[in-house]
Parts: sequence; C-alpha cells; structure tokens
Amino acid sequence: MVVGVLALQGAFIEHQKMLEKLGVETFQIRNRSQLDKPMDGIVLPGGESTTMFRILRDQLMVEPLKKMIHGGLPTFGTCAGLLLLAKQVDNYKSDYLQTMDIEAKKNAYGRQLGSFKAIGEFNGQDNTPFVFIRAPYIVEAKEGVEVLAIVNGKIVAARQNNQFVTAFHPELTDDLTVHKYFVDMLG
Amino acid sequence: MNKRYELNKELAQMLKGGVIMDVTNAEQAKIAEEAGACAVMALERIPADIRAAGGVSRMSDPKLIKEIQEAVTIPVMAKVRIGHFVEAQILEALEIDYIDESEVLSPADDTYHIDKTKFKAPFVCGAKNLGEALRRIEEGASMIRTKGEPGTGDVIQAVIHMRKIQSEMRRMTSLSEDELYNEAKNLQVSYDLLKYVKENGKLPVVNFAAGGVATPADAALMMQLGAEGVFVGSGIFKSGDPAKRANAIVKAVTNFDDPKVLAELSEDLGEAMVGINENEIDLLMSNRGQ
Repeated sequence: MVVGVLALQGAFIEHQKMLEKLGVETFQIRNRSQLDKPMDGIVLPGGESTTMFRILRDQLMVEPLKKMIHGGLPTFGTCAGLLLLAKQVDNYKSDYLQTMDIEAKKNAYGRQLGSFKAIGEFNGQDNTPFVFIRAPYIVEAKEGVEVLAIVNGKIVAARQNNQFVTAFHPELTDDLTVHKYFVDMLG
Repeated sequence: MNKRYELNKELAQMLKGGVIMDVTNAEQAKIAEEAGACAVMALERIPADIRAAGGVSRMSDPKLIKEIQEAVTIPVMAKVRIGHFVEAQILEALEIDYIDESEVLSPADDTYHIDKTKFKAPFVCGAKNLGEALRRIEEGASMIRTKGEPGTGDVIQAVIHMRKIQSEMRRMTSLSEDELYNEAKNLQVSYDLLKYVKENGKLPVVNFAAGGVATPADAALMMQLGAEGVFVGSGIFKSGDPAKRANAIVKAVTNFDDPKVLAELSEDLGEAMVGINENEIDLLMSNRGQ
C-alpha cells in the first residue's frame, strides 16, 4: 500500500509518520510529475489552504488532481485539505478543487486563541482526541455525504465515497483511529 | 505540558514549509496572501527602514494590525520589543495569532525577556545559537527563528546562526548523560530541554530561518541547511516586483531541493533589494537579547 502526501506546505511529515506506523508506504508530492507516481491514496494535509492552492495552480496540478479524485482515488483531507475539497466555503470565495459536496466555513472558531482540543466520538468510536488549529467546520453536508464526527454541534468529519475529510488534526496525536479509517478505504 | 502551549506549538507546525512575510499595510498583506504566504508579520516599517530611520522602534499601531487582520484569512503575527510584556498583553488583546519578541525593535529590557508562559497567545523568538533557542523555549516560546541580520538583504548571519544551531544539536546527540549535565550548565539551559535535543536531534519546537533572505536561492539555502520554513522581511517589498518575488520565494521553499525548478523561479524577478553587508552597518541587531 502506497500513499502520496501533498507536500507543498504544512504538516505533511506528521501524516507520513502516522501512515508508516500503520505499515503504509508514503512519498511526498511537491510537483506535477510526482502526481503521476502510482498510489493507492492521497493525503491533503493541514497548513494554509491559500498557499497550497496557489502552488497547485501555478504548478498546473489542479486539473490532474481533480481527475484523480473524480476517478475514485481514496483521498483524505485534514483542515486546509478539507477546505481544498469543499464545493463551497461559506465565508470565502473558494475556487479550490471543489470535489466534495460539503459547505465549509474557514477559520470557523476564530483566530489562534480559539484553537482547542476535545475528546469525542469518531465513527462510533469513543475517546478519539480532536485537535483544532484555526480550524474550519462543515456547515452543511449535502446528499450522499456521511457524517462521521460532531463536536459542539458542528460537523467535523465526513465522507463521500472516496473522499474523507476532518476539520481536526489526527496527525498531531498518538491515536491511530482516524488514520486506520483512511487505510481501510485504500482497499 | 499545558494544552494551550501544545496548541501554539502545533500552529507553528502548520506553518512549516511556508514563507512568513513582513507587511506594512492591508494592501501589502493581500499581495503577500495572494502570492502564497502562509502568514504575515504586521509592522509599521520593514527592518531596512527601521535601520535607516534610527531612533526607538516600537510595537505597531493596533489600528494597522486590525486592518491587516481584516484584510487576510492567513495568520497575522506582530512584533513586540524584547522584555516589553505590556506590548505583548496588547497584542494578545487584539487576538494576534503569533507574537514575535523581536530584536528588530528597540529592546525594552536589557536583562529579562518576557515570561511567555503567562500568555495564551503564542510567541516566536530569535536565536543565534542553541543556548539562546533553548532559553527562549524555557521562557515559553513555541517557535524559534534564526536572528540573522534583519534589514540588510545579506543572508550571511542567518546562515551562521542556522549552521551553529544545527551543529550544536548534532554534537548534543553524541554526548553521554553525564556530559549533558555539564553542557546544560555551559549553555545556561535546563537539563530536560537539552535531553530532548540529545534524544531527538532537533528542537522541541519548529525552527524557521529569518534575517537577510532576499532571493529564492537564499530561501532554498536556508531550507537545505535545516530550516523548517522562512521569514522574509525587507526582501520582498524593497524589491522591484514584490508580488512576483514573493511568489517565487514561496515556491522555492516547496521545491528547495530541486535546482531545476529553482533556476526557473529565479528568472526575471526584477531588481532584488540592494542590501548592505554586515561590515557596513553600525548596529548589529542580532546581539540584542542573549
């Protein structure tokens, strides 16, 4: 099993470490040609969505990436990755990848002083740690989207077929629950 | 370790592989964001102008900081004088995303740095060697950057500081436990922090490069020397074509180990900031706050 981790900016190494703990091989995707390497899944990590999208656009990676996701490649977006995949962003004029039928809200909990940790239920599993860093949340999950976690009344994890997103950062914890869920999607 | 400090270290992790740019108004902040900056540093004058103007240099006007916060969705940082904890209280009240306790401004205290553990807002501090870095972390900094020599457009000091920190860390990994006690004494740092460095070969927080970065090649050089991201101060808005240069530096950090891409990025950027070299300046800012 091999997973490509988008490594344009942000906390991509943390995802690689988690996946490697689960016996999954990973590699970094920094440019257009690395998108052509064979992979069983892809991770869009946390970081700044504006930064990542500008580089994706400049390096002509938007269309090939969209094609791969529409083609059924298992895709896991955390935080900024969630924003990249959302069809709509409520408080931001998004022209990102827009492949997933969710409406997200950017910096939904405010600035850094609004960042927080919580423990809750993910896909029926109790005691999953959630780390929210200037995080978004999902305002609305459209038809065909399965809600996997809710914190303080807000949707913070969801899946639509091959696309799986979390508003929080499982890669910053020692808990492998969420990454295991993604590895199970790899088939 | 308290949750707030962990969250603050984790925000710095999200900035990794990115470029943090100095901006002096909302318009520049938007240019920086559009070019791909992962955060902006709001200040009234960029370091090159602070250097030229002389006099006492202080925290920026809150009005300016608020305008910049309104203009962009990426994190906004701002600087306070070394030891000036009231300026830091004010920035925290503005809900700033990161406070830079910075040698670029005139120090307010020649002995004591801010006790950063008293704050909820995160702090980044400059360091030119491992001892300084660990002392700042002990005081509560959740991110470190090299000091470099700000406002010069000359990368030599940032290189010296980054090399020094990296080589000192490498040396720590080879020390025995008993030698480590003595080294903690020499460096005036706690044994526990030094033990972390020995065991992990790195700082317990994210470490960026800063000071004198002016070109995509400078940024990539700092990344190859072990920086986890780059601050660019005067280098962008003192150059001929700020938007283009800013964007090229962003992509140079992503592609730091790909010389072919770096060659393309370095092409036709217009004039770089003229710069002054460290022998031509009277004031070495990096000596402020040991």
